[in-house]
Amino acid sequence: MLCLLFFLVTAIHAELCHPDAENAFKVRLSIRSALGDKAYAWDTNEEYLFKAMVAFSMRKVPNRETTEISHVLVCNVTQRVSFWFVVTDPSKNHTLPAVEVQSAIRMSRNRINSAFFLNDQTLEFLKIPSTLAPPTDPSVPIWIIIFGVIFCIVIVAVMLLILSGIRQRRRMSKGPTEVDDTEEKCENTITIENGIPCDPLDTKGGRINDAFLTEDERLTPL
Amino acid sequence: MACAQGPDPLGAGGGGERRPRWDNRLQYLLSCIGFAVGLGNIWRFPYLCQTYGGGAFLIPYLIALVLEGIPLFHIELAIGQRLRRGSVGVWKAVSPYLGGVGQAGTWVLCGVNPASSRRWRQAVPGHSGVCPTGLGCLTVSFLVSLYYNTVLTWVLWYFLNSFQSPLPWGSCPLDLNRTGLEAECQASSPVSYFWYRQTLNITADISDSGSVQGRLLACLAAAWAIVYLCVIRGIESTGKAIYFTALFPYLVLTVFLIRGLTLPGAVRGLTYLFTPDVQVLRSPRVWLDAATQIFFSLSLAFGGHIAFASYNPPRNNCEKDAVTIALVNSMTSLYASIAMFSVLGFKAANDHGRCLDRNILQLINAFDLPDQSVSRDDYAAVLTHLNATQPDRVARLCLETCRLEDFLDKSASGTGLAFIIFTEAILHMPGAPGWAVLFFGMLFTLGLSSMFGNMESIITPLLDVGLVHRSVPKEVLSGLVCLVCFLSATCFTLQSGNYWLEIFDNYVAPLDLMVLAFFEVVGVAYVYGVQRFGDDIECMTGRRPGLYWRVTWRVVSPLLLLTIFVAYVAVLAWTPLSYRAWDAQYVRFPLRQEKSYPGWVQATCVLLCFLPTLWVPAVALVQLLAECRRRKDGWQARCPKLQGRGAC
Repeated sequence: MLCLLFFLVTAIHAELCHPDAENAFKVRLSIRSALGDKAYAWDTNEEYLFKAMVAFSMRKVPNRETTEISHVLVCNVTQRVSFWFVVTDPSKNHTLPAVEVQSAIRMSRNRINSAFFLNDQTLEFLKIPSTLAPPTDPSVPIWIIIFGVIFCIVIVAVMLLILSGIRQRRRMSKGPTEVDDTEEKCENTITIENGIPCDPLDTKGGRINDAFLTEDERLTPL
Repeated sequence: MACAQGPDPLGAGGGGERRPRWDNRLQYLLSCIGFAVGLGNIWRFPYLCQTYGGGAFLIPYLIALVLEGIPLFHIELAIGQRLRRGSVGVWKAVSPYLGGVGQAGTWVLCGVNPASSRRWRQAVPGHSGVCPTGLGCLTVSFLVSLYYNTVLTWVLWYFLNSFQSPLPWGSCPLDLNRTGLEAECQASSPVSYFWYRQTLNITADISDSGSVQGRLLACLAAAWAIVYLCVIRGIESTGKAIYFTALFPYLVLTVFLIRGLTLPGAVRGLTYLFTPDVQVLRSPRVWLDAATQIFFSLSLAFGGHIAFASYNPPRNNCEKDAVTIALVNSMTSLYASIAMFSVLGFKAANDHGRCLDRNILQLINAFDLPDQSVSRDDYAAVLTHLNATQPDRVARLCLETCRLEDFLDKSASGTGLAFIIFTEAILHMPGAPGWAVLFFGMLFTLGLSSMFGNMESIITPLLDVGLVHRSVPKEVLSGLVCLVCFLSATCFTLQSGNYWLEIFDNYVAPLDLMVLAFFEVVGVAYVYGVQRFGDDIECMTGRRPGLYWRVTWRVVSPLLLLTIFVAYVAVLAWTPLSYRAWDAQYVRFPLRQEKSYPGWVQATCVLLCFLPTLWVPAVALVQLLAECRRRKDGWQARCPKLQGRGAC
């Protein structure tokens, strides 16, 4: 009797959960791609966790707060790792509509992912599209900031160069008049060389070299 | 004999003030190298190498360098150094009838030869104003600087966007209702989308101009401001800036070379791309492309090298300079292509690996094999096994064929290489933003040093000819030129700007430059005379030009230029003028749609092509008429009494 009941239950389960069943979803995990060396093996305990997570997400849907782990059926587990699952109603005769399951999974997708250390690409629910993250645009795009910096530097440099050019030109236009004055006063200018003033010889009529004795003192006085 | 006159009587150059001069020889060499080495060395030479049989392409390239590049380059440097005027003045010097060429690049009358100078002055006494010959070179330099700086604008835009992680061209943006990725991006690739949509915002057709793109306009203003900052005082300011802009690219190329060689797949890429395929040399197209590449790579016939050489002391060995700079330019091309190929080899290996991964994933999912059970090396064996056992299921999977050679063969030149292919390669290198900043910084400084030469070839002739009064400060003149160029270049910031730029790059500049170069070499070799030119060179370097120079100047280079020009025009006439448009609505998108140019675009193109070269016959005609009138006046002056009898 018990054997018959057990057989009946598994038969019903097989009916409800099989590949391409009504309201069934295929799940594909790529644990080794995601975790590499830290990959865990997929066994019945992990399956239990998965069922628990699905039940948890269903409980968040209004009118489905009484979903139990036993209502979630998993079948056709392959080595890939991939399997199919359905969620049944409390009577275990019918499966819940796909739309409800889809919206429940979508709402709790992040929780389910983090329970298995996976992400949307490595834990795939085929036919359940994932919600894309909103774009993280900074308030001011970075390129404007850098553009502003470069442009300001260039403008400042140009201004400095123009101003220095104007100053140079003003100095040069004053310069020729100074040169004329010095040419007139060249006899009076004293050029300094090595700290020793050296007057040009042709401007004066000669210079007395005091190092030599004068005519009068050639003979030492007695 | 000419040298016995002592210092060059026209040594004062334009204006009568002391002509500016280089601080040292290194500045001059770096300026010429910076002008010659430009973006083409990075993105045109590697493409040609790759397309025309790898290492085998070096053969026609070196032959063209020896027969055409170096002789023409020597002429430009020698002419500029001897005549000590910009291109406008130089042409006039050769012959007043060639004034039109000179106006494009104007040769100044060679003051060395008093006989020619007297003859010339007799012919056109009132000529001291506008130099008829330089206008052609001036016009070409102006047109080229417009579109060249637009390319720099794009480089600057990418540079500004490289300071973030992740890079903006790495992923597609979300579409409007945030349910998926942008459709256009998903159909093509994030990199192409960033280039065509977020940078250019390109229209589907050249006749649809669209609106001016604000961000490109801002970057254009910044680019021209930077150019103005560097050329504000002529060679005084560019001479300081060139130390950085000429040497920085070599530093970055070395860094990329070292990094590239350590990336996986780089060596495989290098060997594949450099393996010579000598069969390719049979096609004449290879020789044509090698000759044109040398010609444009050395930036001949712009007048920029003439202007640079005109600031040299008269006794400078221009022959050694010409050979040195030309060789450095070619070595840079080779060096750059090694660096580029190593990175592109890495990219091809990466793409190949990802192609295999996609196939493997499909196999694993379809046959429920354990995750990561099939490695890239096992893929082929597993596929054959599955094909043998379950061929129909395998056939339903639509797997891609992944061959490394297919990925290595994917090549592009120009903006496609820099902004699409290389940016995608950078995405996969660790530390991507840093590499992007380095790469675009290198491109910017390369282009900037070429822009110095372009601006010099516009500003120096204007100063020398005397179009601008001596009292106008140089800062104002360069500011005005930059402002005019900036305003004219805003047409390239329209949404169809890229299509127009391709026209300028493919048709306008090449034809004009070849014509001008031909007149340059013929003018010197035949009108001025190789003998007299040899005297000038002996005066400057102490040695007469040898047989190689005389033969190439007289025979080989003019013939080669004529052949290239005719072949180029023939190729243009033979292939229908078309462009490839980026159209999201195209059936075979993301492939670009071949469209032919509308009539008005073709007319504008022809006009732009011929405008600079029209100066040559125009000025020759003007000179001829002036000469005739002069003779007529001379006759009348000598026999006034006979006028009534009509004997004169």
